[in-house]
Amino acid sequence: MDITIELLEKVFSRNGLIVAFAAVGLITWFSYFLSNKLTHGRIHGSAIAITLGLVAAYIGGKATGGSTGVADIGLLAGVGFMGGGMMRDFAIVSTAFGVHIGELKKAGIVGIVSIFAGVIVSFIVGAVVAVMFGYTDAISITTIGAGAVTYIVGPVTGTAIGASSDVIALSVAAGLVKSILVMIGTPMVAKYIGLNNPQSAMVFGGLMGTTSGVAGGLAATDPRLVPYGAMTATFYTGVGCLMGPSILFLIVNAIY
Amino acid sequence: MIIYGVALLSVCMVIGLFTGEILGVLIGVQANVGGVGIAMLLLVLACSHPMFKSLTEGASGAGIKFWSAMYIPIVVAMAARQNVVAAVDGGMLALLAGTIAVLVSFALVPVISKIGPQSDPLPPIDESAKGED
Repeated sequence: MDITIELLEKVFSRNGLIVAFAAVGLITWFSYFLSNKLTHGRIHGSAIAITLGLVAAYIGGKATGGSTGVADIGLLAGVGFMGGGMMRDFAIVSTAFGVHIGELKKAGIVGIVSIFAGVIVSFIVGAVVAVMFGYTDAISITTIGAGAVTYIVGPVTGTAIGASSDVIALSVAAGLVKSILVMIGTPMVAKYIGLNNPQSAMVFGGLMGTTSGVAGGLAATDPRLVPYGAMTATFYTGVGCLMGPSILFLIVNAIY
Repeated sequence: MIIYGVALLSVCMVIGLFTGEILGVLIGVQANVGGVGIAMLLLVLACSHPMFKSLTEGASGAGIKFWSAMYIPIVVAMAARQNVVAAVDGGMLALLAGTIAVLVSFALVPVISKIGPQSDPLPPIDESAKGED
């Protein structure tokens, strides 16, 4: 019996990516089953699959104390590779196959406007919340504001302007909340915000900016919108990293 | 050959990410600026150019379509490796900052979408064909 488990562990850990394919396939099948049986297709199977993924990530994180969810469980380490930045970006780029260049041109300017609007609005929200919670120094307020932009902009800004590590951790947490909420919330609000065409998807990507959130949220809404949203979202973190430690910090510094 | 399509996709991604890194250094930020977006643009341009026709049609195109169809499973795996515990442990401040930022951004989508030329809603999805296109 012991030898069986040992051999099983060996096969699982040596073939991580393949195990991940099987595991994700199983979750997806179960999610579409739930979607059809329990909600009669009202909630998309992919939305349920993404939510189950997040729940599993929480359980994995609690069980192991690691920072990459399910991937910290040895037998499921391959999920970390399958869902890592390289595979994610590769799959996102592939969705551009079949994109209409006319739609991209049509939304070009609006896309750029949405990126700047998205960074500034999220930053202001984060900064105001930081002030509400009693922060009065420009460095902490800027870092938490930058965290509400994305969980990458937060630590990049915080490190650049010399924030304390607990404030940087808070900014990462704020960015993670944003990313997760975009994944879960997008299919729910899509109808009400007109998210049903390439142009609004580009605006959406620019406003939200979190690549993971946009990737997950649009996948659960309508996969055909993914390339348009991803196209603008991919510039957002760069713009955020540019503005956070510079102009946004200077403005906050002038006020406080 | 399927590998031709996959190779084209890979070359677009590498060139895009490299350009994004260069842009990041040029404007002095520690991030890849638009690398994935540039890679997507390259792929769109390649697909519409006659020179690359043999790399994007038939079996070669199937190599790209496969990865496009793997998108949602990869996103599910991505969700399963998020640091959800850290998000929850961030407490009320992180929760409020993240949530309000998302709500305000959601509300701005229809406002900013009104600027400029409009595009038509996509036709309804045919459930049976999903995952194949």
